[in-house]
Amino acid sequence: MKSLALALLAAIPVLAGTDDTFLIRGATVHPVASAEIQNGSVMVRDGKIVGIGHNLAAPKGLRIIEGKGLHVYPGIIDSATQVGLSEVSSIRETNDTGELGKFDPQLRAEVAINPASEHIPVIRANGITTVITLPMAEGGGGRRGASSGIIGGQAALVHLDGWTWEEMDIKKSAGMTMRIPTIISPGGRFANADFPAEFGGGRFSFADSKKTYETELRELREFFEQARRYQKAKAANEKGFQTDLKFEAMLPVLERKQPLVVMAARERAIHDAVLFADQQKVNVIIADPKELGKMGPELKARNIPAILGPTLALPVRDDDPYDSTFTLPNDFFRAGVKFAFGTFNNQFVRNIPYQAATAVAFGLPYEEALKAVTLNAAQIWGVSDRIGSIEEGKWADLMVTDGDPLEAKTQVKQLYIKGKTVDLDNRHKRLYEKYLNRP
Amino acid sequence: MKSILVSCAFAASLLAAPPIVIQNATILTVTKGTLNGSILIRDGKIVEVAEKIMAPADAKIVDATGQFVMPGIIDCHSHIAADSINEGSVSVSSMVGIEDVLNPEDIAIYRALAGGVTTANVLHGSANSIGGKCIVLKLRWGKDAHDMIFEGAMPGIKFALGENPKRAGNPTGQRVGAGNVPARYPATRMGVEDVIRQAFTDAKAYQQSWKDYQDKVARGEQALAPRRDLRLEPLVEVLEGKRFVHSHCYRADEILMLLRVADEFGFKIRTLQHVLEGYKVAKEIAEHGAGASTFSDWWAYKNEAFDAIPYNAAIMTRKGVVVSLNSDSAELMRHLNDEAAKTMKYGGLTETEALSLITINPAKQLAIDNRVGSIEAGKDADLTIYDKHPLSNFAKVEKVFIDGDLYFDRTSDLAQRQAHEIEKKKLVDKEKDQQRRAPAGAARRPAA
Repeated sequence: MKSLALALLAAIPVLAGTDDTFLIRGATVHPVASAEIQNGSVMVRDGKIVGIGHNLAAPKGLRIIEGKGLHVYPGIIDSATQVGLSEVSSIRETNDTGELGKFDPQLRAEVAINPASEHIPVIRANGITTVITLPMAEGGGGRRGASSGIIGGQAALVHLDGWTWEEMDIKKSAGMTMRIPTIISPGGRFANADFPAEFGGGRFSFADSKKTYETELRELREFFEQARRYQKAKAANEKGFQTDLKFEAMLPVLERKQPLVVMAARERAIHDAVLFADQQKVNVIIADPKELGKMGPELKARNIPAILGPTLALPVRDDDPYDSTFTLPNDFFRAGVKFAFGTFNNQFVRNIPYQAATAVAFGLPYEEALKAVTLNAAQIWGVSDRIGSIEEGKWADLMVTDGDPLEAKTQVKQLYIKGKTVDLDNRHKRLYEKYLNRP
Repeated sequence: MKSILVSCAFAASLLAAPPIVIQNATILTVTKGTLNGSILIRDGKIVEVAEKIMAPADAKIVDATGQFVMPGIIDCHSHIAADSINEGSVSVSSMVGIEDVLNPEDIAIYRALAGGVTTANVLHGSANSIGGKCIVLKLRWGKDAHDMIFEGAMPGIKFALGENPKRAGNPTGQRVGAGNVPARYPATRMGVEDVIRQAFTDAKAYQQSWKDYQDKVARGEQALAPRRDLRLEPLVEVLEGKRFVHSHCYRADEILMLLRVADEFGFKIRTLQHVLEGYKVAKEIAEHGAGASTFSDWWAYKNEAFDAIPYNAAIMTRKGVVVSLNSDSAELMRHLNDEAAKTMKYGGLTETEALSLITINPAKQLAIDNRVGSIEAGKDADLTIYDKHPLSNFAKVEKVFIDGDLYFDRTSDLAQRQAHEIEKKKLVDKEKDQQRRAPAGAARRPAA
């Protein structure tokens, strides 16, 4: 009896005093995983959601946040960014997005995430609580055009709050980034057979490109074979076995504990990625597809999800419908392929809600758009037990707004990560206030 | 005789397009408030905007029930429809012009139309301190290059400050002149100022030589005409207020530098382009009378964009600058309405102020506001119809009119897609068939 009383006594100050324990009430709650609740409440204790509903009784002394006229959503997740790895994209010294080397599975994005990046407060001011930071297979420390890698390293799933990357961590190795080799059209992105080489067109022939493609595919298969031999040798505890960091990093992929995040833009590349997944018996996430083509049923049959890049992008070919990038998310939805959105950069991460909104304008059901920046992302990255929706037992990653977060004019009023109030101030707001008040 | 008159009248009615009435729309005039009603269009012009309009018997009716009509969007900084952008080999390239390299078949034109844009200021690039001549276009897709030019619009010239003009021949992160191309002066912001001052010093002397010549001719004296200088002529036009300066710029220091150089030589900067730190010198920009054409929220892509803030448009608006939002990108150009909406979040502009950034304000900056930029009787019928309020991210463009002619219609675009697919397949099959039939080693020739 005495111990119970003591426990109660101990519990009450914790309830009343700490930063990550409170009740939001009188708000419209959008749990995403279930129907919206008008005049609803969300109770948070020790950073976790412990109740949602209409009339939650608040324990005495609990901090109350009045949510009248406001909306509560789960924090937004961007499933592909360079957050923390890049500060000013044109300055190499501030970029750590892609290392040299063709096969770099041992690289971990998380350890290079700069928690003091000016981008982080700017991004979270628009309600984004969680991002995937990808090491891109681009080589040269982030300078595009350098020798291009095939396996880029381990993507990190992080909260946009914390003094160190350890404090930001949700999942250190959420996926292994890979570029599936492709036959690049002659002339690269300025593909135009009529464009003479001296003006940058036709820089390599189709035959050259095909040769590179075949070589890279062979190297990739060999790398996986070597990794499997390493796996066997390790399991058998073979004499003379020596640790190899590259192959060691491949083990979770081979054991299907970690997905391969495969950059595959065109239908042919998606096809190759699916074939590769089948052959190697690994889990795959398709990243930044620009078209679906006939691959819908193939992806659906294998439960392969996709991370869709910017909806607000130009069509791939001149003769594509003008809205082909706007309608792509709905193509994936109708094909029954699970997807989340990613921005694949830094400066537009805060605009990920509008990427989702444009997809809605061109056919995607609203609920699916919202899921693609919350719950779907959490499911794809294997963390839906902790984030992605407002449900009991999950972390209180909450965004409080004055309207629909997919609309640009909506303001984010409050933000919570693991129940902790997040400062919405940032470099942009400080400069705004400073110069607005310039005499 | 009577029959001739009748046939003449018949012919005339064939020539003149019937009037158009857009009905039951929410009309965002931008300059005269918002109303629910109709717009009467005749001969390419807006004739009447009112809650109730008696439609002429021969009028073509466009039912816009539940839809929103706004002025066609004007993009004050674009590079679409041009086959080349930068003549970067010299620091002053005022002798070249975009008008000479227009490509009316650039698909970006149609895509921009589908994003509600009707007018674009097509600029030379930013590789040099004084770039080439610019041209204002109406996106009359299907017309030839000449017919796309916005008749009567003041021509422009591009200037550029900061990192871009510094960079040519002086690659980033290396010692000046270390690249495999010869270094090109200037390599600093000091040098950029010098290039512009030197060019205008030369232009003034050139202008004077022509004045002296004309004076002599007027006095009946024998005189030899000065040698024409195609590089300096456009700069003399700037000095005489016959050509607008649109200057690429980022940092507050270089913005102020250009304003002071213009003051020194007695001309005006018409628009500051990008002007990402314009908010730091908004007072000086307003005093000079320059317009500012910026991005909504691009930042951190280069060092001079690290102090860029999404509140830029709002601060400059509050401090009395005429501000527009531009695209500088064939992609961003497709959703300038979304960009305008962001200024309501960042800095609290009103709906009308936000819409002005992509309509009447860029029209003022290009001095075409007597023709376009708002929905008013007497203006060109350049109109965009959205299915929802254009400041909603859920809105999409349904129809776009230029001079009263329908240049984009989502319904017909959708209806034509299948036919395009069939046509494309036929062409591809024909090509494949010819490749198959061609004897091995035979030279391929174009299909007859």
